[in-house]
Amino acid sequence: MTIEPGLYHLLFISTALFFIGVYGFFTRRNLITMLMSIELILNSVNLNFIAFDKYLWPGKMDGLFFTVFIIAIAAAEAAVAIAIIINLYRSHQSIDVENAEDLKY
Amino acid sequence: MMSGSTILFYLLAALTLGCGILSVSTRQIFRAAIYLLFSLIGIAGIYFWLQYEFIAAVQIVVYAGGIAVLIIFSIFLTQQAGEKLPKQKIGRKIFSALAVFCAFALTMVQVYQHEFSKIITDAAPATVRNIGEKMLSTEQGGYALPFEVISMLLLAAMVGCIVIALRSKPETK
Repeated sequence: MTIEPGLYHLLFISTALFFIGVYGFFTRRNLITMLMSIELILNSVNLNFIAFDKYLWPGKMDGLFFTVFIIAIAAAEAAVAIAIIINLYRSHQSIDVENAEDLKY
Repeated sequence: MMSGSTILFYLLAALTLGCGILSVSTRQIFRAAIYLLFSLIGIAGIYFWLQYEFIAAVQIVVYAGGIAVLIIFSIFLTQQAGEKLPKQKIGRKIFSALAVFCAFALTMVQVYQHEFSKIITDAAPATVRNIGEKMLSTEQGGYALPFEVISMLLLAAMVGCIVIALRSKPETK
């Protein structure tokens, strides 16, 4: 039995990766691990764009550019998030979301 | 009989998904970061498999080389060595897994029922030359404006990071 990998296989991988990230986002309570889950979600979206770019609109490169820009935005987002997390750790000695509730008041 | 390319694809998929699952389930945060790194490398391998070499290279440079190292450094700065993450409530884990599994099944049913208009399998891959020309083209369909916007965003993020992480001066009066 041979199954050539195609668009549906890639969509399966990206959907599975997205929901793995969502699961991590639900269960984790540490800000850095939540950030890691967000990275997984962003990567699944990138994979989706690349899969559609290759199998549905080849040669137009629109999905490819979306992926490049998402990677750039993800890098900026991770840098800002880590700066905030380190600042939070300095003031609260903890990076647990349960302890980061001062902004509410 | 499976061809080498097919086997390679399934190996890369297993690496990506397995390391992803381990990354969100392990209780040692440093191991979570390392598993995340391998998951990102697996995705870069899938891009190579799809013959998107440029995206694969960007993925390795930015994610494996940049973001993973950034996350590992921030773990060093904020965690005590050898300390495990606190155990989560089992109920929360079960309900999250259930919700996620149901959503996954629903999405996959939708995807498999959807008829894509045309699935092309033998297209010429994009070369770096084409990518560069289209990225800086100002004509119809060019990406010069998003490129500039992204460069402004990166500059703003850099300034923002410095401002946020700047150690506030002690009050001296």
